[in-house]
Amino acid sequence: MINIEYYLIVSTIMMFAGVYGFFTRRNLLAILISVELILNSVDINFAVFNRFLFPGQLEGFFFAMFAIGVSAAETAVAIAIIINIYRNLRNIQVRNMNEMKG
Amino acid sequence: MEITLEFLVFLVLAVFICACSILAVTTKRILRAATYLLFVLFGTAGIYFQLNYSFLGAVQLLIYAGGITVLYVFSILLTSSQGDKAEKLKRSKFLPGLLTAVAGFAVCLFITLKNQFISSSFEHGELEVKTIGHALMGADKYGYVLPFEVISVLLLACIIGGLLIARKR
Repeated sequence: MINIEYYLIVSTIMMFAGVYGFFTRRNLLAILISVELILNSVDINFAVFNRFLFPGQLEGFFFAMFAIGVSAAETAVAIAIIINIYRNLRNIQVRNMNEMKG
Repeated sequence: MEITLEFLVFLVLAVFICACSILAVTTKRILRAATYLLFVLFGTAGIYFQLNYSFLGAVQLLIYAGGITVLYVFSILLTSSQGDKAEKLKRSKFLPGLLTAVAGFAVCLFITLKNQFISSSFEHGELEVKTIGHALMGADKYGYVLPFEVISVLLLACIIGGLLIARKR
């Protein structure tokens, strides 16, 4: 039997890898990839809590499923914005993004 | 504690996920980062399968690994030139991020290991798709028809918003 803590350690490592990438990356798409890691680790936590602590209910399961859907929507809009930025500025490095004029 | 096959599978998945997620944020090339993200998503789907949430694992594979990663790869190929590498970070920029991540990790790990969870019980057995469907479409106490409809409106808004933002003027 696998303890619940082991799953939580894995998701914590994934989450703080994402936090590290969010702070240190200089490319908008790389930052978005880090955000994706953070969201994914939270999904693991929801599923694990649901399975181990409340096996008769489905709240964590549905929360993880809706979180997957919301993150898909978020990614689509963010990538649209990034492509628009690329069209205007010709690159997507963060240091070039100090003027938000169209 | 004897080592079971289940534990071995979990161990392989855990090492795979941890290594790939750290590589995804430290690699220099952005396309490799997207590939490592794909591996992390596969590993996560494996964990869902191991928890007997096959439907969630399938959703993860379909939406994340099938949809979002393709979107990432397309946009990376559109926006970065050949051989584009991340610039070298200055030490003053890189150390605070690392320190924050390590400190946060330490605090979270401490809290997780210190906490006494309520009695956890892992029951084997697949979650039936029929149960999921009834809960997703039910309007009574444990029904999720309202979030289901709301997320469909959200996805529609995202399609329209994405098209409006990214269209050629």
